[in-house]
Amino acid sequence: MTDQTLAQLSNLAIYSAMVVLTLAMLADAVYLARLVPAREAAQQTARERELVSAGGATETGAGEPASEVGGPASEAGEPASVLGAVGPTGREAEPLAARKAAAIGWTLTVLGTFFVVAGVVLRALEVHRWPLGNMYEFAVFGSMFVLLAYCGWSLKRDLRWLGLFVVIPVLLNLGLATTVWYTDASELMPSLKSVWLAIHVTVATLSVAVFTIGFSLGVMYLIQDRLETATERPRSFMSRLPDARALERLTYAVHIVAFPLWTFTVIAGAIWARQAWGSYWNWDPKEVWSFVIWVVYAAYLHARATTGWKRQNAVWIALVGYGCIIMNFAVVNVFFVGQHSYSGL
Amino acid sequence: MSAATDVAQPRLGPVGWVRWTWRQLTSMRTALFLLLLLAIGAIPGSTFPQRSIDPARTTAWIADHPTAGPLLDRLGFFEVYASPWFAAIYLLLFISLIGCVLPRTKILWHQVRSAPPRAPRRLDRLAAHHEETVDGEVEEVRERLRLALRTRRYRVHAHDDATLSAEKGYLRETGNLVFHVALIGVLVGVAWGHLLGWKGDVIVPVGATFANTLSRYDTFNPGPWVDVNALDPYTIKVDRLDVTFETKAKGPGQFGAPRDFEAFTTFTDAGGRSEPRSIRVNHPLETGGGSVFLLGNGYAPVITVRAADGTVLYSDATPFLPQDNNYTSVGAVKVPGASPEQLGFAGFFLPTGVIDQQGPHSIFPDAVDPKLALTAFEGDLFPSGSPQSVYSLDTASMKPVPGKDGADQLRILLSPGQTYQLPGGRGSITFDRVERFAGLSIRTDPGKTMTLVAALLMLAGLVASLVIRRRRVFVRVGPGPEPGRTVVSVGGLAKDDDEGMPDEIAAVLTALEGSR
Repeated sequence: MTDQTLAQLSNLAIYSAMVVLTLAMLADAVYLARLVPAREAAQQTARERELVSAGGATETGAGEPASEVGGPASEAGEPASVLGAVGPTGREAEPLAARKAAAIGWTLTVLGTFFVVAGVVLRALEVHRWPLGNMYEFAVFGSMFVLLAYCGWSLKRDLRWLGLFVVIPVLLNLGLATTVWYTDASELMPSLKSVWLAIHVTVATLSVAVFTIGFSLGVMYLIQDRLETATERPRSFMSRLPDARALERLTYAVHIVAFPLWTFTVIAGAIWARQAWGSYWNWDPKEVWSFVIWVVYAAYLHARATTGWKRQNAVWIALVGYGCIIMNFAVVNVFFVGQHSYSGL
Repeated sequence: MSAATDVAQPRLGPVGWVRWTWRQLTSMRTALFLLLLLAIGAIPGSTFPQRSIDPARTTAWIADHPTAGPLLDRLGFFEVYASPWFAAIYLLLFISLIGCVLPRTKILWHQVRSAPPRAPRRLDRLAAHHEETVDGEVEEVRERLRLALRTRRYRVHAHDDATLSAEKGYLRETGNLVFHVALIGVLVGVAWGHLLGWKGDVIVPVGATFANTLSRYDTFNPGPWVDVNALDPYTIKVDRLDVTFETKAKGPGQFGAPRDFEAFTTFTDAGGRSEPRSIRVNHPLETGGGSVFLLGNGYAPVITVRAADGTVLYSDATPFLPQDNNYTSVGAVKVPGASPEQLGFAGFFLPTGVIDQQGPHSIFPDAVDPKLALTAFEGDLFPSGSPQSVYSLDTASMKPVPGKDGADQLRILLSPGQTYQLPGGRGSITFDRVERFAGLSIRTDPGKTMTLVAALLMLAGLVASLVIRRRRVFVRVGPGPEPGRTVVSVGGLAKDDDEGMPDEIAAVLTALEGSR
């Protein structure tokens, strides 16, 4: 195959991924929406389930005892809790329609991931080098890592509720990549021709991908926390998600994976900078922002360990850290003059 | 503490104040505040041009902002990372760090040396707890539990006959301390490199030889403790310089982008041994005491200036400094030996030159159609006697040489091989041929190994402190309801919130079952 064909195939794969992921996003949204039937519907479902359970096994209520609708009459004013009583992982407790949507969303997400991986591999074959030479390639590679991390993690625990919040940033990123940052395949400038490109930039994108999931979780935690402390809890799918405490733990767990990766990125970058530019640290704008990101996330880890600091405030620091990552990628690369300015974009 | 606890005397003495300040500085909240301040303090270094990176752009910025420029300059915004306030932030942070690390090291030291604490009276009060009755005598069951805990890498100690205290995960705290101490190591390495390292830049045209002495450098920045007269006396002759530019890809910023540079040199070390060595981007030449980087390249047109009688007054490969991606380069030729007055030429070298309404500029970085566009001046080249740039002409005491056609400024446009006769018997100028030059940067940083080792230790410590869990397990055994049965009560205590503790206890009990 010629490079031209490969280029077309790679772009086709990315566009296909975007279509598939859009459908996955819709399915994931439907899943969350169906977790929370309308008020009346909830009560009706509850009644039906009662009847069904009383009548014996059926496809919906199968093995689940009637306890899930234990106190529907008293709690009818707050329909979310009718379903919420079972907890987020009780798949059997979910309406069939929701489970179907989640299954479709998951299948489509896996398919979308496959397309993004294909897009990256085809691009690599096309350019005859590690496909991390410009912003388009970073963005696509990063999206791939986000999706792979999500799919991999999903195999270990039920993360269907997270799907929507992973697919949305990925789609935004791919959208920007194909429109604003798109760069035709080209060779690299001399300073990028190094084995460190594969090491430094790959780990950087992986780290950013993990931080992205951490950011989504952090936002969800803050919303969940707000909802839980509200005097009158509004009805929303959030009540079917893990509680604030669990979300906060997940946020932390994801960040302690990403932070050492980022530390490694900075160290590897310094080693490479010494090879390519003669000095391991030049306070180039990109280096400045990488340092700022590192310090801000270090502050998050410290804030979380500080007694007397609210967990919410700690998570806010992590969100600021993600803001710095966006800044470092979307603004510093394009508008700041420095040694990391390269490759047309 | 006496001053702080003494209610009758609320005033702090000097010692009390010192202690109070130390407490404040080493508190976690202060560390957190300083960390955030450090992040904010670093940002101006990316938004304002920095003198250490781009002095020309810094000067231009200050000139463009007559009000804000000098003010920000006084506040150190153009040298953020060398400014007193930035140093204040990180030094306070490091003092805070030391104040945090020292007591924690002491605590860890004592914990490692002493046995795990006694089992609490009521294990069911612990966050994770399980109780069951198993087969076996009390003593035997306890020994099996001890073994089970040991194989799970717990330190086990029996304070009495009925209990076991076990602890593991000391490496978590150790890793955390290593991380923080290694940060100090990074700082020391950076400081060491700053004090004893130096860097110098030099432009070497192809065919020329560079000798490593102070006077030969175009710019030289030594650290405060560097002995500038004790440089390694090696030489580097640039034999050839290969440069490739993009000619296929047409995307924005792609056409004409550099693709490969390689300088073929002859390196002669202090002992006089010569060998061919190549220098490429990402592949510096290691001299033993330092490294030679190929950081730039450009053109050094060979220019000859003759007097009216044909005497050669000047003949040299004259480096012109590239100004843009297409290597539109500026430079100057200074001919102090010319008569009746000293002559100076300033202007552009264009590897692929065009002259249009934009003025002279290059449209491609490779030497496809080289052009030399110069204007001539005469008068005093070095009026003040102070050092001046070799790439520009100080025309304060010079006047333009008028053109032949009566224009007030003589403009010369030459292609390789062409000679221009200067008007009024001033002689001639010849553009003989084009050579390239290599921009070499020579650096030593004795602190870099320490910085790297410290950084890697930091990473290792970080991973250990985030991955390893500190866990305590307490066991209480007692006689069961019937002979030959034993009641085992296991409780677990984790330092940080640790979802895995119940699983850990279950695993210990499973191991106990399996050990029969």
